[in-house]
Amino acid sequence: MKISECFVLALQNIRTSKMRSFLTMLGIIIGIASVMVIIGLGNGMEAYMTDQFAVIGSNTLVVQITGQGSSRTLDPDQMYEIVASDPVNFIDVSPTVTLYGTVKLDRDTLDATSVTGVGEDYFSIKSYELREGRGLHYMDIQERRQVCVIGSYVADEWFDGIALGETIRIRGAIFTVIGVLEAEEDKPYEGGIDDAIYLPYSTAARLSGSGRVSSYTVTIVSEEYADRSKTALENALFDHFRSDDAYAVVSMTQILDIMTQMLNVMITVLAIIAGISLVVGGVGIMNIMLVSVSERTREIGIRKALGAKERYILSQFVIEAAVTSAIGGAFGIAFGYLMSSIATSLIIRILEVSLTVTPTAGSIALAFGASAAIGVIFGFLPARKAAHLNPIDALRYE
Amino acid sequence: MPPLIEFRSVCKFYQMGDTEVRAADHISLSIDEGEFVAIVGKSGSGKSTCMNIIGCLDVPSSGTYLLDGRDVGHMDKNELAVIRNEKLGFIFQQYNLLPRLSLLDNVAVPLMYAGFSRRERREIARRMLETVGLGDKLGNLPSQLSGGQQQRVSIARALANNPSVILADEPTGALDSKTGREVLALLHKLHDDGNTIVLITHDNSIAATAERIIRLEDGHVVYDGPAHTADAGIHEGGAGS
Repeated sequence: MKISECFVLALQNIRTSKMRSFLTMLGIIIGIASVMVIIGLGNGMEAYMTDQFAVIGSNTLVVQITGQGSSRTLDPDQMYEIVASDPVNFIDVSPTVTLYGTVKLDRDTLDATSVTGVGEDYFSIKSYELREGRGLHYMDIQERRQVCVIGSYVADEWFDGIALGETIRIRGAIFTVIGVLEAEEDKPYEGGIDDAIYLPYSTAARLSGSGRVSSYTVTIVSEEYADRSKTALENALFDHFRSDDAYAVVSMTQILDIMTQMLNVMITVLAIIAGISLVVGGVGIMNIMLVSVSERTREIGIRKALGAKERYILSQFVIEAAVTSAIGGAFGIAFGYLMSSIATSLIIRILEVSLTVTPTAGSIALAFGASAAIGVIFGFLPARKAAHLNPIDALRYE
Repeated sequence: MPPLIEFRSVCKFYQMGDTEVRAADHISLSIDEGEFVAIVGKSGSGKSTCMNIIGCLDVPSSGTYLLDGRDVGHMDKNELAVIRNEKLGFIFQQYNLLPRLSLLDNVAVPLMYAGFSRRERREIARRMLETVGLGDKLGNLPSQLSGGQQQRVSIARALANNPSVILADEPTGALDSKTGREVLALLHKLHDDGNTIVLITHDNSIAATAERIIRLEDGHVVYDGPAHTADAGIHEGGAGS
């Protein structure tokens, strides 16, 4: 008897009890689908993060100046000098001063909008395009003018798209809108990249209280040499401060790596939890196969009387369990795809984030392999019970 | 020529609680090729044990059982499965057809275990079903047939792998007397074609149609000889002498 015969028998048996087979498969279907959706979600989140970082610019280094452990300070001009002196590594620099606190229009308060003081090169560093008006100029910074450039979300949401010349109140100071940026995202949303206001860093530093610029964004020549450029910047800063406690340089690539790693850990944990449902599904299969062996005791007796060896009976039942499980796996994959697309559209609608839940071929292959393996593993015990039945007792079984 | 079936002092003892049941107690018998033998006895006489041993479903506790010259008493389960497949054709009281398979597939089951290809199996099974007069119902399910027809299917199945012995356990037990006679006539026809038939029954009138009767009582052979003598005890309601 060939193995292919066992598959035919298995399919016949599954077909004759469709409802029961479906219910047996259900555990596997749900398990496989949830593993797929979770891994797909992880992939989607990773892709989304990479996209977001690409918007921020993965070819940038972020410098934090704390000044601790050193009596020296670093003013923006000195930072500009450091960057200009090493064209092999650096292209540009912009100070960044993050202002916390509320932004006010006439009556409305903008809570999620980010307010950042930047240099005149910031928009070219970020490759942000202007939709209308102008960007920040050297003179705006020198003279600490109270002007600002706003993101498209702010312009469209609060000024109906006509924002030039309007005023915004930030920490009590009144700023005039001189420029509006193009949207960076397909669908700008509250708190996103396009929900932002940019001021001259000098003005922002004065408003911040400390009066100092403590953060810089530096663009490097190539992402590829991020590590080398990071070291070069660290060395330059050490030369200046004579202490390595006074500053911190972080590359975006590094942050992306760390975040991806954290995400992977989280997704793995979630996938393992979902994987437990696969084990539960396997126990369901074992249970039904045990029932099936009892019900078919007489059939097993007849088959043995007609010359079936133990291993034929064993493989018949193991293959039946594996086929049931694998069919469940196939349904699970289809269901997983459905759930993935539903999840994608829900995420887009509710969170307004363009995150696509994308199950990978690898995760599907793994899911299918796992379901077949579960069938074999959990089908083995009932199958062995069937194979070891005494033919005389089995024939007498009512 | 050696006998087809030979029991040399075959014993089968079971332990039931504290008491030992001697289902077969030093039974010696031999059956030649081409015979039509009825093994008769009341319930508990040991005829089922005898049938299980002849049918290689069970092995003796002691003694020797030679089937076709081979000692099957000491074979393992897999070897016994092969012997059952190649040498024996079973006919059961309850037909024991597989309910979810068509008649053709039912008859093909022993051929599948014998390793015939799908095409050969279907061809042989079809021929066997034609032999028993069911050539027009190949695709039917057993449940669509009458008892007599189902028993004919099981006879076709028993014949399929061309066995040395056809072992019929109360083949007419579940049938009315008319269909029972038809099934019996079919067995006689198979005997006329040269098949060896061993019939196990408690029914003397059925046993009387055989050439030879082996009567069992309490695990012993109490009569072994032609059916048509007074000693066979077939006219005394199975009491035996």
